[in-house]
Amino acid sequence: MLKDNILMAFAELRANKLRSLLTMLGIVIGIASVIAIMTVGESLNKSMSEAFNDMGANNIEFYVTNRNIESDEEIVEFREMKDYDFVSDEIFEDICTNFKGRVKGIAVQRDIGSGKIGRSGKDLSINIVGVNSAAESLNKLTFLAGRDLSKRDYEDKTRVVVISSKLADKLYGSPAKAVGQQIECTLEGKYCEYVIVGVYEHKESANDFSITKSATNCYIPIKTAYSQINEEYQIDSFQVIATPEEDTLQLCVEIKDYVNNKYYKDNDAYYLDGYSNQDVIKETTDMLNNIKLALSAIAAISLLVGGIGVMNIMVVSITERTREIGTRKALGATNFSIRLQFITESIVMCLVGGTIGVMIGVAIGLEASKALKFPGILPVKWILISVVFSAAFGIFFGLYPAGKAAKMNPIDALRYE
Amino acid sequence: MKDKKNFLNNAASSEIIDLSGIYKRYFENRENELEVLHGVDLKVKRGEFISIVGASGSGKSTLMNIIGALDRPSEGSYTLDGRDIAGANDTELSHIRNALIGFVFQTYNLIPRMSALRNVELPLCYAGVKHEERRRKAVEMLGLVDMKDRMEHNPDELSGGQKQRVAIARALVNDPAIILADEPTGALDSATGRMIMDLFHSLHEERGITIVLITHSPELAEETDRVITLSDGLIIGERKGRGHA
Repeated sequence: MLKDNILMAFAELRANKLRSLLTMLGIVIGIASVIAIMTVGESLNKSMSEAFNDMGANNIEFYVTNRNIESDEEIVEFREMKDYDFVSDEIFEDICTNFKGRVKGIAVQRDIGSGKIGRSGKDLSINIVGVNSAAESLNKLTFLAGRDLSKRDYEDKTRVVVISSKLADKLYGSPAKAVGQQIECTLEGKYCEYVIVGVYEHKESANDFSITKSATNCYIPIKTAYSQINEEYQIDSFQVIATPEEDTLQLCVEIKDYVNNKYYKDNDAYYLDGYSNQDVIKETTDMLNNIKLALSAIAAISLLVGGIGVMNIMVVSITERTREIGTRKALGATNFSIRLQFITESIVMCLVGGTIGVMIGVAIGLEASKALKFPGILPVKWILISVVFSAAFGIFFGLYPAGKAAKMNPIDALRYE
Repeated sequence: MKDKKNFLNNAASSEIIDLSGIYKRYFENRENELEVLHGVDLKVKRGEFISIVGASGSGKSTLMNIIGALDRPSEGSYTLDGRDIAGANDTELSHIRNALIGFVFQTYNLIPRMSALRNVELPLCYAGVKHEERRRKAVEMLGLVDMKDRMEHNPDELSGGQKQRVAIARALVNDPAIILADEPTGALDSATGRMIMDLFHSLHEERGITIVLITHSPELAEETDRVITLSDGLIIGERKGRGHA
């Protein structure tokens, strides 16, 4: 019986091709827009969280900042930072011992500017970054040739550098040939020389959110970097790398309290502030989800209009088929089987519309993701929800017309002209 | 005494339609109450071919609706093949129509966009018969009305006479107690109408099917076993037709 109903419903759709198509259009457009939005949204979400993971989801950023910075006064007075305002190696060691097992390391990184390497007539621009050992591990480098910066390098301010394989290939042909070479570059107009000790593998960034453009980053020991720019080794910001299972939100608060109580209690102007990357991830995904929901709500209005369209055409169809309904009742159809027949028809119409909508939506969504350079992801959950919703729409908007058909008096229906 | 009882029993089983004291009123207990049937008694024997004639407004259609279990009488009793119709609810009436009555309409009333075969299968669908059995019986009935070779055609590809033959196959497919034919030749030219009437006669004679023919044509009515004349909601005449053996 159900199979007959379904076959009958498809026959009706085929018989009134144009009308069915126009009716389904509302559902098609509604579902297609929801699915397209969700496809792009999911792709964006994935790409964002990957970007944040690249940056380190377990990292907590700390920085020394002025106490008055959040006051309402328009002009905030700043006292120039003095030696005791900066974070010292002593504080790092203290954090590491006090939060032992929860903190993997403390990274300090200082971008000392971009420079140019001249070789065989070509000028290549590079970015020189001073790092400590924890910061280097933060950048997840894989070495193709040579070695990592060593403890001695960090302590002795040796003039050594680690470069990317892309740069090595360009300058010397291969990573292996680059090791031991001396590069000369101009950094902010100043000439400097480094010996290449290692070449790390260049990774094409999967997304454009990544702040570090690893192609041109050259890493030198942090203290070497400071001496290069004639600055004292003074740190006003650092990253704490938490162990993977650590709740960084909690740890961030604890470290802030600990350091501020111990080292900045009597400081009149400065204190340590920080935020975890998880905060940022959460905020961003929350915002993205809100945008997705808002857009979907708008798309849902089109769905509602589509559903009303289906109901309208069902009412028309039932009026047109009054004689058929009368005949079916004369042949022994019960009110229930008439109701079932028309609800099936309405479900089939909505499901066909929904399926077409899903296909169009996925196609648009994937194309859009591709255009925006995100990895395309099928929003499986939303596809399932759409299909279930289409069926539910069919039931909901078919209920009234089907009830009308079921309640028809067979005598009047048979006589209907 | 015993003989009389037996006689009554025999009478009950040989009478397939038993209408007695049938009244039909519309808008009951309202100012515009309208009584259409004023106490109709009618008995039809199993295997009989009767016709009901009457002018329009005579209550012919109302009587047909009651015989066809499409409507309930306001008063009176009706048993069809031993089953009480007067007290049945809507769903029961549906099942009774499905099992006991085969309708043939003036306008054929085939369902468009369904092949002749699927049209004939429809009553079996509602009876819950399995697919293979449905197909087998439908094909058999289409063979009986000589429509087997066009059974995959949709109604709009068939002529009037062909449509009516498919409709007759559909009416027969459930082995109903009676065939109720409402002006079956009304929309056909006389030659085709003749063919349809011949089909009814052969079904009646060869297969012993009970047929109630509703018509306004005295000539067609004359061909049946018994002619019932209805006027102003009452049976005013009953005579034997030419068909009576």
